Amino acid sequence: MQTTAIPAIESDAAIEIVRLNKWYGTFHVLRDIDLTVRRGERIVIAGPSGSGKSTLIRCINRLEEHQSGKIIVDGTELTHDLKNIDKVRSEVGMVFQHFNLFPHLTILENCTLAPIWVRKVPRREAEETAMHFLEKVRIPDQAHKYPGQLSGGQQQRVAIARALCMRPRIMLFDEPTSALDPEMIKEVLDTMIALAEEGMTMICVTHEMGFAQAVAHRVIFMDQGQIVEQNTPVEFFNNPQSERSRLFLSQILGH
Amino acid sequence: MSDTHSETVAFMRETMLPPQPPPLAQSGAIRWLRENLFSGPLNIALTLVGLGIVWLLVGAVGPWLTHSVWNAGSMAECRQIVAETWGQGATGACFALVKHRWNQFLFGFYPQALYWRPVLAFGLLFLALAPLLFSESARARRVVLGLALVLTLVVSAVLDAPGPALAGMAVAMLGWAALVEARPRPALLASLVYPFAAAWLLWGGSLWTEAMALAGFAMGFVVWRGLARFGLFAFALAVVAAAAWWLLLAGPLAAALAGVLPLRLQPVSSDQFGGFVLSITIGVAGIALSLPLGVILALARRSDLPVIKVLAVMFIEFIRGVPLITLLFVASLLLNYFLPPGTNFDVILRVIIMVTLFAAAYMAEVIRGGLAGLPKGQYEAADALGLDYWKAQRLIILPQALKISIPGIVSTFIGMFKDTTLVVFVGLYDPLKAMSDTIRASFEWKGAYWEPYIFVGAIFFVLCFGMSRYSMYLERRLKHDHR
Ligand SMILES: Nc1ncnc2c1ncn2[C@@H]1O[C@H](COP(=O)(O)OP(=O)(O)O)[C@@H](O)[C@H]1O
Ligand SMILES: [Mg+2]
Repeated sequence: MQTTAIPAIESDAAIEIVRLNKWYGTFHVLRDIDLTVRRGERIVIAGPSGSGKSTLIRCINRLEEHQSGKIIVDGTELTHDLKNIDKVRSEVGMVFQHFNLFPHLTILENCTLAPIWVRKVPRREAEETAMHFLEKVRIPDQAHKYPGQLSGGQQQRVAIARALCMRPRIMLFDEPTSALDPEMIKEVLDTMIALAEEGMTMICVTHEMGFAQAVAHRVIFMDQGQIVEQNTPVEFFNNPQSERSRLFLSQILGH
Repeated sequence: MSDTHSETVAFMRETMLPPQPPPLAQSGAIRWLRENLFSGPLNIALTLVGLGIVWLLVGAVGPWLTHSVWNAGSMAECRQIVAETWGQGATGACFALVKHRWNQFLFGFYPQALYWRPVLAFGLLFLALAPLLFSESARARRVVLGLALVLTLVVSAVLDAPGPALAGMAVAMLGWAALVEARPRPALLASLVYPFAAAWLLWGGSLWTEAMALAGFAMGFVVWRGLARFGLFAFALAVVAAAAWWLLLAGPLAAALAGVLPLRLQPVSSDQFGGFVLSITIGVAGIALSLPLGVILALARRSDLPVIKVLAVMFIEFIRGVPLITLLFVASLLLNYFLPPGTNFDVILRVIIMVTLFAAAYMAEVIRGGLAGLPKGQYEAADALGLDYWKAQRLIILPQALKISIPGIVSTFIGMFKDTTLVVFVGLYDPLKAMSDTIRASFEWKGAYWEPYIFVGAIFFVLCFGMSRYSMYLERRLKHDHR
């Protein structure tokens, strides 16, 4: 797929990150990150383990706090102001490596909980929305089961549906397929591709190169807390610029 | 015998042997015994020692139990009957004591004509709990409701409740049970009112006293909801409003309302409480109050706010470092020095407060264990969905943490319920020591030693075992995750 033209609407950035720095104690995890994500843009973040990919996207919905720099999501700057944090979180959906479904609630309840309690949507309506998205990820018939009764791939698709039920404008994925058995990776990636085709703004940390080639507008390569390289997927995979990205690609494509 | 082949075949078996059971040593009880009790020298030795101990116990207690006497008017009569039936020197339990004085073990010095009131309060407890404890299983809930209703009425009738009281009871209980079945959510409100109804039934007096106490809570709640957007400030104001209500308005208002419409039950004072009425009153109140307090303490101890955290740690560690008896002494003696002279702060209420604080500290640690046992991903998922701290706690974290903690929580409940017998040290009539001593002090039952303990112990066992079984039922019911 070569339809990787970046959306032309230059004016409104979905996410703007300016000179972002973060430390864990004395450990400098993120160094001078600058990144602008346009509305409808799809970005894949790659890089070796420990390079700060998760930390970066977790800063975007304030699961991690940054120490310097600016993060503006949909026009709202993330500061200590709890109202802003709530606003950003309700517009940004997140999918985790380990699904993090709520095991004591049914699939349907997992999907309706936040709309009902955060968005104050009437229960009936929330359930309809939930069923709509569960159909989208193709597991409507599991709605009344508990997460523990589903396979990993099904759980991850529920997690995607749960995030979508909040009608987010931006979706963050943190290695959504790396805890899955190989035969389940495809069903999750297919769901994500379908989402991409609808024009959702997406930031995915993933090493699934096929997925990156199919949907990403841009691949961002991180190492040691820095953005080392960014390019279109075709360019990045065929013609990596930096030594470190070349090494990384040879490692993940090598075997 | 058929003769078709008899010429060609020398022998043909025509009747099958019936299948034989496996050799005795390979199956059933003998095999079980061999595998479990006699599998090796050490095992054989332990089994023999165990059997020896059982033999000694049965030898010592068996005759005493089998010779027990149920119909006698005094200890002396018991002994005489035992001697006549089983020969001189035989020993026998004298459960006739229980038959004569069971009511004191259960009700202490509560006026006999009013026994139906604690019974009703106890029966209503199950109506109040049914929508909480059996919310998912309609069948279990109906069984509980039905049993509570029928048993309360039957027991009250047996205990000579007056006719109008019985009729009112039947109507109220039927109505409430119907409410629980038809409208579970309003029924939860009724459960909230229950403690006040129970207090009125137990202590009697004017209904308006309890009603005004309840109104104070209601007012605090309204203030808090009305100002909810001011956060903690709203909570503080609500507390102030409720306190002002109780201290300034509740008394005069209750008196005025009683003047207009006197709804009175014959008052029963706290020193007439005793036996299981006392134990269960303290135990149930302590359990109901210590769970929420324990949750708050556990959350406070994990709080990011240093002041709150330090206060919680200090409270929990202080309480856990002090024996319950000390706290009870504080409740009964020291509080009197600190309170302004003339204040009459009910002794049972004081004991309930101390028992609650004591259990809450342990409860907090149990729940903290549950909170720590939850994966971090649960907090993150709740945050990422935009749930605020309290909603995340209430909807995601606590349901799971409490579920993990059920065994510990119920153990704390059971421990606390049994600890209510310690109130004997502050002059209250607990069933185990104070009531037994009182009964033993009478002329007829002097010399009875084990019988009261066995009776009281059996009742404690039934109640505690019931709680323990319920906790297992609850664990099974909540077992959704097959991870
Ligand atoms: N809570 C934390 N405290 C201290 N160090 C952390 C914490 N979380 C992550 N790190 C460290 O920060 C670095 C980046 O982590 P992470 O963003 O998870 O990397 P990636 O997702 O790229 O594998 C790692 O070296 C990790 O050990
Ligand atoms: Mg990571």
